[in-house]
Amino acid sequence: MTQPLLSAQGLSHSYGSQLAVDNVSFEIARGEVLGFLGPNGAGKSTTMKMLSGNLAPAQGEIIINGYDLIDNPKQAKAHIGYLPEQPPLYKELSVQEFLNFCAQINQIPRSKIKAAVANAIDRCGLTAVNRRLIGNLSKGYQQRVGIAQAIIHSPAVVILDEPTSGLDPIQIREIRHLIREIANEHSVILSTHILPEVQTLCDRVQIINQGQLRFNDTLESLSLQMHSASILIELLAPPAINVIQQLHGVTSVSSLSKTQFRLHYQPDNNPTDILLNMAVSQQWQLQQLTPEQHSLEDIFMKIIQHEQQPDGQAA
Amino acid sequence: MFTLARLELYRLFLSPLAWVILASSQLILAYLFLTHIDYFVQIQAKISAIPGAPGVTELIAIPLLNNAATIMLLIAPLITMRLIAEERRNDSLPLLISAPLTVQQIVLGKFIGTFFFFIILLTLIILMPLSLLVGSDIDIYLLAGGFLGLSLLAASFTAIGLFFSSLTKQPTIAAITTFACLFLLWIIDWAGSENMVEQTSLFSWLSLVHHFEPMLQGDIATSDISYYLIIISTFILLTIRHLDSERIN
Repeated sequence: MTQPLLSAQGLSHSYGSQLAVDNVSFEIARGEVLGFLGPNGAGKSTTMKMLSGNLAPAQGEIIINGYDLIDNPKQAKAHIGYLPEQPPLYKELSVQEFLNFCAQINQIPRSKIKAAVANAIDRCGLTAVNRRLIGNLSKGYQQRVGIAQAIIHSPAVVILDEPTSGLDPIQIREIRHLIREIANEHSVILSTHILPEVQTLCDRVQIINQGQLRFNDTLESLSLQMHSASILIELLAPPAINVIQQLHGVTSVSSLSKTQFRLHYQPDNNPTDILLNMAVSQQWQLQQLTPEQHSLEDIFMKIIQHEQQPDGQAA
Repeated sequence: MFTLARLELYRLFLSPLAWVILASSQLILAYLFLTHIDYFVQIQAKISAIPGAPGVTELIAIPLLNNAATIMLLIAPLITMRLIAEERRNDSLPLLISAPLTVQQIVLGKFIGTFFFFIILLTLIILMPLSLLVGSDIDIYLLAGGFLGLSLLAASFTAIGLFFSSLTKQPTIAAITTFACLFLLWIIDWAGSENMVEQTSLFSWLSLVHHFEPMLQGDIATSDISYYLIIISTFILLTIRHLDSERIN
């Protein structure tokens, strides 16, 4: 693999005696959308703050585009755009003035500022409101201004901390659409506790809980995990339950109604083929056969709960 | 850095606060200016015969600048309180911190922007004695010395206010602590200044007024200027240190 755009190694940070982030390491490649998933208080925001240079990690290092964030903060910060949970806005400025100022502090050359501001306004759909005061805009538009501020200097990595929190469903859809568009040009790190958001937006998922990284893989391999070892079938003329039980690979059968059954099987021994053959030859009148899938939510809960078990008595 | 300074000044003038402060301080000082003129007109006839008697500048302009210093002491906390505390309360500080700026640039930018506001205020004030040029001779050099003293005083106020604003999230607390600190530095040389001359030398050295008054009399000493520069740089450095250490904790 080529050199990662952003790499974080062994990040730790604690607030007083409480360890908020514990030895978290990850990387992000160019053009990737990384979802940072975790329940509230898991350490997502703390990690984001460290990545954006707002919080110095107690341990560990962050390299952005070859620059160490601690040793060369200026160069490293030029390559990131950051939208905190609360969009950092000067409410008494108009959208245009504010973005102009952001362009200046991000050291965009004077001759290119106008184009950069126009581009950000256009991409974030702010054209209609660009002369209005930020304080008078709706939360959704304020969030867009926050995103515009993060992408104005075309950073390599855009860090978005819960970009859709507190928005109504329509606004959420619009912001997601915007994020997907941004992902065409920038790498994006996105933190959220909303699971479908990860499913629709991200290439790779990291699950963090109690300050530790529990899972770090592509979305595909996450969906592989989502296949569970069970099938739901409906037979209009079912045989005795132990006939199904004895099919090769079936570990247990539970009947849900007179005609519906749930079959559990060993993961490598899928009995679907045998079942189909039997159903045809024995005339069980198969009506339905559905391989059951875990939702991302189940996986998420499984990963989180699995890790919580050892210290379960404390909880 | 200058971008930040410009923005700071611009935002100040977007809020009514700056306008109200400029207008009301101008009103008060204009009234005082008129009373000084009135007084001067009354005694003019009596003192004109005395050789080496104080002139227009000493009797009108200098007392006015002295009053201006007191008024600045009162308004400085109100102007500086929002500098960092309000950014923190509005969660807008990350915008500056995650931009490719050093903490030094952020702090200096805010300092310069606010200092420039005071320069505007002082320019408006100094216009009043300058208007006397129409009808009389005034000592421009003496006035310039007073202006320099006031500017240094304003810069010290700004630096102290900036530091207290960086300590808290509540602008009001920043204002109160700044005012307390400024007032203490203002009156510190009152402490037994009559009998214990030896012990109070440190206190009077610390006093903001002690270094300001000679300048009003046209006595510009390097030691006074360096006192202000020390105060300014100390508080700016403290602010930078504090904001830096905040990222670690």
